[in-house]
Amino acid sequence: MSPSEKRAKSLLYLDNVSVSFDGFKALNSLSFVIEPGELRAVIGPNGAGKTTMMDIITGKTRPDTGEVFFSDTIDLTKRDEADIAQLGIGRKFQKPTVFESHTVWDNLELALNRKRGVFSTLFYRLTSEDRIRIAEILETIRMTARKDELAANLSHGQKQWLEIGMLLAQEPKLLLVDEPVAGMTDAETVETARLLREIAKTRAVVVVEHDMGFVRDLGVKVTCLAEGSVLAEGSIDFVSNDQKVIENYLGR
Amino acid sequence: MITAYVLRSLDRRVSIAIAILFGIALLVPVLNLVIPAASPFHLPTYMVSLFGKYLCYALLALSLDLVWGFCGILSLGHGAFFALGGYAMGMYLMRQIGSRGVYGDPVLPDFMVFLNYQELPWFWHGFDMFWFAMLMVLLVPGALAFAFGWFAFRSRVNGVYLSIITQAMTYALLLAFFRNDMGFGGNNGLTDFKDILGFSVQAGGTRAALFAASAIFLAIGLFIASAIVRSKSGKVLVGVRDAESRVRFLGYRVENYKLFTFVTSAMMAGVAGALYVPQVGIINPGEFAPANSIEVVIWTAVGGRATLIGPIIGAILVNGGKTIFTGLFPAYWLFALGGLFVAVTLFLPKGIVGTISDRFKKKGKGVSERNERSEEAEAGMDVVPSKEGAR
Repeated sequence: MSPSEKRAKSLLYLDNVSVSFDGFKALNSLSFVIEPGELRAVIGPNGAGKTTMMDIITGKTRPDTGEVFFSDTIDLTKRDEADIAQLGIGRKFQKPTVFESHTVWDNLELALNRKRGVFSTLFYRLTSEDRIRIAEILETIRMTARKDELAANLSHGQKQWLEIGMLLAQEPKLLLVDEPVAGMTDAETVETARLLREIAKTRAVVVVEHDMGFVRDLGVKVTCLAEGSVLAEGSIDFVSNDQKVIENYLGR
Repeated sequence: MITAYVLRSLDRRVSIAIAILFGIALLVPVLNLVIPAASPFHLPTYMVSLFGKYLCYALLALSLDLVWGFCGILSLGHGAFFALGGYAMGMYLMRQIGSRGVYGDPVLPDFMVFLNYQELPWFWHGFDMFWFAMLMVLLVPGALAFAFGWFAFRSRVNGVYLSIITQAMTYALLLAFFRNDMGFGGNNGLTDFKDILGFSVQAGGTRAALFAASAIFLAIGLFIASAIVRSKSGKVLVGVRDAESRVRFLGYRVENYKLFTFVTSAMMAGVAGALYVPQVGIINPGEFAPANSIEVVIWTAVGGRATLIGPIIGAILVNGGKTIFTGLFPAYWLFALGGLFVAVTLFLPKGIVGTISDRFKKKGKGVSERNERSEEAEAGMDVVPSKEGAR
C-alpha cells in the first residue's frame, strides 16, 4: 500500500515525526498509523517517546519535522489543544486528572460534548437529553451511586474511571490513554480492561501501558517503541518474541 | 426564562446577603437623615461615609475573589483597576467644579492652571458628562484588563509570574500618575470636589445617597459574581483553577475564560473605585501603590477565598479593625495586618466564611453519609472488591 493510500484509510497518521528537546531526540522519525475503530497497545521502555507522541498528537508539543494527520486531511501540527480536543481526540493522563472540587456529576457535565464558548456555558442549561447521557456514562463506569460525591473523595482507581468517563462524554473518535492501570489493584485492572474494550467498540483507542499482563489481556495489535521510533509491531506473541524487543525492553 | 435564570444564579446565602444589602441601603440613610441627632439611633454623617467606603472595599475584594478564588489568578494589581475607576469619577467631579476653583478658570481644573496648561488635554474631553464618565469607569479598567490579559493568558503566563507582572503593572501606573505632565494632577491627584449630578458632595443627603448606591452596586456585583460562579462557565473556571490542562484537553479555550473573568472583575473593581472617590473626596496616585493591592488579597483571604460572601465580610472586618486600630496605635497597623495574614494562613486557611460553612457541612454530612451507606448496602455495593476481598 502506498503512503497516500495508507493515509487516506487512516484515522491518525504520523509519518517521519521527529522532535528533540535540548539536543535529546525524544522522537526519531516515528511513523505510526491508526485505523478507524482500532484498539492498539503501545509498549516500550521509559524514555521511548510514548508520552511525547501523545503530546504531539494532542497539540501540546510541535514536531520539528514530519507529518501528523487526523482523518486524512486535518493537519494536527497546525492546531492547538482545544481545537484538537474539539476535533475528537480525547486524552487520559498518566496521573488521574479530574476536577477534585467538583462532584462526579459536574465532572461529566463539563466533559459533555457541547458548545465550549464562554457565553454558551454562561447561559447553558442542563437538558433532559444531557441528563440521560450523563446517567448512561455513570452506568458504564459504574459510579451512579457516587454521582454527588466530590471527585476529591474518590479512590485512585475510581478517579481513573471517572476520567475515562469524562473522555466518553467528550465523544471522541480517537482516545489516547496513558498508563490506565498504573497503581491499580488486580481487580481494578480487570475492570479497566473491560471498560476499555467496551469503549473501543465504538471508537479508536490507543493505550500506552507498561503492564504486559494487561496488554496480553487486551489481546490487540501491539506497537513497541524504543528511543523514539517503532521497534516492532504486530500481535503480542510476535512482538514479545522479537529479538530487538527482548533486548531493549522485555529482557531487562 | 429570565426569572428562571435569575433564580438559578442565586443560592440561599447570596440571596440573604443581597436582601441585607438592600435593607441597609434603605435603613442607613433613614437613621442618618430622618432620626433626630439627639436620638441614640441617629447615625452621624461621617459614619455613613466611613461605612460607604467599606462597602466599596467589599466590592473590590469581591472582584478579586472572582479571579483569584474561582479562577486561580492571583492578581496583585487589582488596586490599579480600582484607582482607574476612581480617576474616571474624579475627572467628572473636577469638571463639575467649573469656575468655582481657586483660579476661577471656567474649563481648566486648578492644577492645570497652576501648571500653565493652555487648553484641556484631549483625554479630559467628555468627562463633563456623567454618562460618559460612567462609561469610562467601566471601559478604562476593562480595556486595560483586556490588553493585559490578552497577552498574559495567550502566552500562558501562570502562577507567581502572573502575580508579579500584575504587581509591576500597578507600580508602573503609580509612577506614571505621579508625573505632573501626565495630566492627572500628579502627586496631589484630584480633589476639592463640589458637586455630583448637581448635588453638593458635602451634603448629608448626597452622602446618604452615595452610601445607598454603594450598597446597591455591591448587591449587583454579588449577583453577577454569583451568576457566573453558579453557571457551567463558573464550573469551567474552577476547573481551570484545579486542573488547567484537563480543561484544555476537554476542548475549552482556557485563555478566553480567564480573559472574560479578568475583564469582568476589573470592571467591578472600577465601579468600586468610582463609588469610593466622591465619599472620601480625593483620588491620588497612592491608590496605585502595590501595598494597596496586597491588602485586598488579605481581606479576601481573611473572609474566605472562593466564597462569595467571604471577601465582603473580610473587607468590612479588616477595614473596621483598621479604623479602630489606627486610632489607638497609629504606628503599628502594618504589623497587625501582617500578623493577621500569617495567622489566617496558619489557622484559618479557608478564611472565616470557609471555615464556618465547612463546619456546617460536616454536621449535615454526618447524617447524609449514614443514609448513603445503608443505601449502598441495600444495592449490593457496586464497588469493585479490593484485592483482599477477592482472595
